[in-house]
Amino acid sequence: MISIDRVSKFFGEFQALNQVSIEVMAGERVVVCGPSGSGKSTMIRCINQLETHESGRIIVDGVELDGSREALNAIRARVGMVFQQFNLFPHLTVLQNLTLGPVRARGLSEPAARELAMHYLDRVQIPEQADKYPRQLSGGQQQRVAIARALCMEPGIMLFDEPTSALDPEMINEVLEVMAGLAESGMTMICVTHEMGFARRVADKMVFMDHGEIVETGPPDRFFENPESKRCQDFLQKILHH
Amino acid sequence: MKRLLAILLCPLFLTGCSADWGWYVVNPGTKQGLTNLKFLLGGLQYTVLLSFTAILISITIGLLIALPGLSSNGWLRGFNRLYVELIRAIPILVLILWVYYGMPQISGLSISVFWAGVIALALSDSAFEAEIFRAGIQSIDKGQYEAAHSISLSYGDTMRFVILPQAIKRILPALGNQLVYMLKMSSLVSVIGMQELTRKANELVVTEYRPLEIYTILVLEYLVLILLVSAAVRWLERRMNTDERH
Repeated sequence: MISIDRVSKFFGEFQALNQVSIEVMAGERVVVCGPSGSGKSTMIRCINQLETHESGRIIVDGVELDGSREALNAIRARVGMVFQQFNLFPHLTVLQNLTLGPVRARGLSEPAARELAMHYLDRVQIPEQADKYPRQLSGGQQQRVAIARALCMEPGIMLFDEPTSALDPEMINEVLEVMAGLAESGMTMICVTHEMGFARRVADKMVFMDHGEIVETGPPDRFFENPESKRCQDFLQKILHH
Repeated sequence: MKRLLAILLCPLFLTGCSADWGWYVVNPGTKQGLTNLKFLLGGLQYTVLLSFTAILISITIGLLIALPGLSSNGWLRGFNRLYVELIRAIPILVLILWVYYGMPQISGLSISVFWAGVIALALSDSAFEAEIFRAGIQSIDKGQYEAAHSISLSYGDTMRFVILPQAIKRILPALGNQLVYMLKMSSLVSVIGMQELTRKANELVVTEYRPLEIYTILVLEYLVLILLVSAAVRWLERRMNTDERH
């Protein structure tokens, strides 16, 4: 479903991605971890073209991201994204946040979009907040709205960019629960996260990145019990023992 | 507001006792005074119409000039800079004279005093509006664009539904300032014969020889007008803010 083949990306002199290759099958749940600045976010941002790659190929759902407008529009309609900082639209109500994309980009009628929005608000368990503004919600609720907003585009792939890193500890679980529910429903997911409990529970594949490279990939059992590389061992030790 | 006006008007009535002042010229109690007052206020509608038409046009041009200034394309940004620097460098009075007396010679079309005034004021102000819009749009977090991108919004929809509503709320005080500025600058259009407040006052001074009283009234006319506009802008700001709170 997603094929990333020897992709490199520079920010000026700094090499953010170095010959990164990874395959993600339909329905597969991939968790990406690694130290900050290791290129995790950059990699998933390349998948929906929030960043453009300089070399290598990215093919999503049969469409090659070649920098053309058509490819970009085809892809971003099929790939949903959830951000660390939620990025809800503060001047719109929860419901308006959810219906904007379906109405303007997918051409749904207002009533159909509202129905769709309420369906997904139910799914993230906050239908009662539909008419509130984002700032009236807790961080966990805001992030669940952001997930519902992405789902309203009915994407085939969901990208999560450290979705719980900006949350207070007591709100992390409610967001992870929604994500786990989504994983169970068979959604193709790539999650950048340091929530290793969540990773163990839902991941089909673990990816460890460092200095812009994919250092290690593998199923969670082997990844956590028996990591091959020294860098990955060190990293896991640091985040699992505190 | 009423109290403020009373305080402002108070010295006028006090000085009415002095022999140096001749308020009779605008005394609504006398026939001539009333006629004079009506004559002065006859310019009000033109001042208001001129300023509001000009600000609407200048906001539109300002936005259209601001957007290329935010582009990643160097040529478009260059166009924005050129426009802003050029227009900002022309004094309004000079622009009014140029549009009214100069432009018809190129275009071959004569232009009414009103539209010459509107064009000159709108052009002159549009450079400032462009800078205000640019600053407002730039103050919006990058994450808003990324979220809009991720739900497939087009550039136009992103601007219309996501970025501009937030930017306009932030720049509303600055836009209000420009409207006040515009109301004041509209007095310059009197030089080409526009029958607005200042022109009316000038004409009355010529017939009545009471510049002190008549220009004082003129000052008060602008003052009241601008206080009303300020109050309206503040009301709008409050309304836009309460939108998100409850």
